[in-house]
Amino acid sequence: METGLALLIGVLVAAAVYLMLARNVMSFLFGLLLISNAANLAIFTSGRLTEGAPPLVPEGADAPVGIVANALPQALVLTAIVIGFGLFAFSLMLVFRAYTGLGTLHGDEMRVAEPKEDKA
Amino acid sequence: MVVITGIIGVAVALYSFADISKSTEALGFHALFHLLLAGVTGAFLTADLFNLYVWFEVMLISSFGLLVIGGSKQEIDGAVKYVMLNLVSTVMFLTGVGLLYGMTGTLNMADLHFAVQEVENKGLLSVVAIMFMVAFGVKAAVFPLFFWLPASYHTPSFAVSAVFAGLLTKVGVYALIRAFTLIFTHDPELIETVLLWVAVLTMVTGVLGAAAQSDFRRILSFHIISQIGYMVLGLALMTPLGLIGAVFYLLHHIIVKANLFLISGVANRIAGSTELARIGGLYTHAPLLAVLFLIPAFSLAGFPPLSGFWAKFIVIRASLELELWIVAGAALFVGLLTVFSMTKIWAEAFWTPHPDNIAPKLSRLSRHDWRAMMWPIIALAVMTVIIGLFPGVFYPFVETAADQLLNPTDYLDAVLGPDAVAASQSAAGQAVIVEGN
Repeated sequence: METGLALLIGVLVAAAVYLMLARNVMSFLFGLLLISNAANLAIFTSGRLTEGAPPLVPEGADAPVGIVANALPQALVLTAIVIGFGLFAFSLMLVFRAYTGLGTLHGDEMRVAEPKEDKA
Repeated sequence: MVVITGIIGVAVALYSFADISKSTEALGFHALFHLLLAGVTGAFLTADLFNLYVWFEVMLISSFGLLVIGGSKQEIDGAVKYVMLNLVSTVMFLTGVGLLYGMTGTLNMADLHFAVQEVENKGLLSVVAIMFMVAFGVKAAVFPLFFWLPASYHTPSFAVSAVFAGLLTKVGVYALIRAFTLIFTHDPELIETVLLWVAVLTMVTGVLGAAAQSDFRRILSFHIISQIGYMVLGLALMTPLGLIGAVFYLLHHIIVKANLFLISGVANRIAGSTELARIGGLYTHAPLLAVLFLIPAFSLAGFPPLSGFWAKFIVIRASLELELWIVAGAALFVGLLTVFSMTKIWAEAFWTPHPDNIAPKLSRLSRHDWRAMMWPIIALAVMTVIIGLFPGVFYPFVETAADQLLNPTDYLDAVLGPDAVAASQSAAGQAVIVEGN
């Protein structure tokens, strides 16, 4: 299970890096989406995987008995997913504004805020 | 650390005064601005890595909002670059947090200090350390990860760029200092060497970039980078004096840099542009502004008796003590180039007559605006002078802060037991909360 997830993370990161290296801002964004999910999976996996053991505290006990799933990474991932989603929505909107305002999705052509280049 | 946070809190309060008066065109500006401040202070106060991530996010989201609030093409353009690079660094940070948790089973920074030393897989630990270094390095805008900063800092409104310049990169530096004095102490050789050269290159490229620019705010943006180099240098030396220098520099730079950006805002209002070729004559028409520009500008360049002199002096002294001649030489040389680019602003904006023979008019500012813009500038300039004239008053505070930073790395102290250190950590946190109230 861990091996499978590790491979999946690897594939996700590779695809994300490929997308992010593109000049197009849109594909950069998709790359970002993939890589943030890869990061989430990495957190999840590094919290150790246990199958079919919800971290429930039996009645009368203070802590769950036996080996149960680790709830902390799940909480972390949940937070990260929410934040990541919000950020993605924001950047999608930003890119849309950039596209309507600047008329391009090409990273190299976004030079409105840069000083003019010498044509020497 | 309590002391640092306290002083920074005062500075932050000053900024917000400056801002509230300046930007009345608020589109939810003040809400975002205070969210940003909350994010920054949260990041300074937290003792938990994941919380640090969350605070970074709070800070980032509100800074994104502030960056695009004007909605001009320039702002959007700058924001695209800023957002993209910062998001990458965030993901990197998050992955690092995840892997570190996998290895140690804790995310509390004090706890990590001890847990990290028990990790057997040192190689993976170094990889994670480098991931943190890259992630914080992007935030702090060190070489070679600084490209987003000059691309975006000159686009938003002046108040916003003053806050960004004063605080955002410093949070990155703070996080670097925290992470590498407290958590990743397993392989000082590697990390110090990397940080040292990163610091030197940051200083040099930053100041060279500044020398090549011709826009008021772009010059200042590149200066931020070279100044970050000094702070990272102080950290990289890992000696008590080096850390004192880094902390002192942090405090001095927050004040000075925010002030310079505020002044560029006034200059823009009076003269009509920030492009140096298109303004001039400020000295004859606004002598007060000229004097107020000189104070932080010279302080940045490190003229005695201003605060920048002491900050630079301590860092360079620390590197001389370790007999790192090249590093110290580079630091001095960068100081010289800083003077050069500052005189460029001075000559072009203040001394030369206006190119179109349009005299800068004070009357472009209403009386109310003038007061609201000048008072914070004057206050910050006075703080610079005070720190410069009486460094002895501040030195002990900074010294204790540096001591507290360095002590956990001391192996002997570590042996005293995690409880003592953890207790002092949480006590420090509580003291700050009380102070904040």
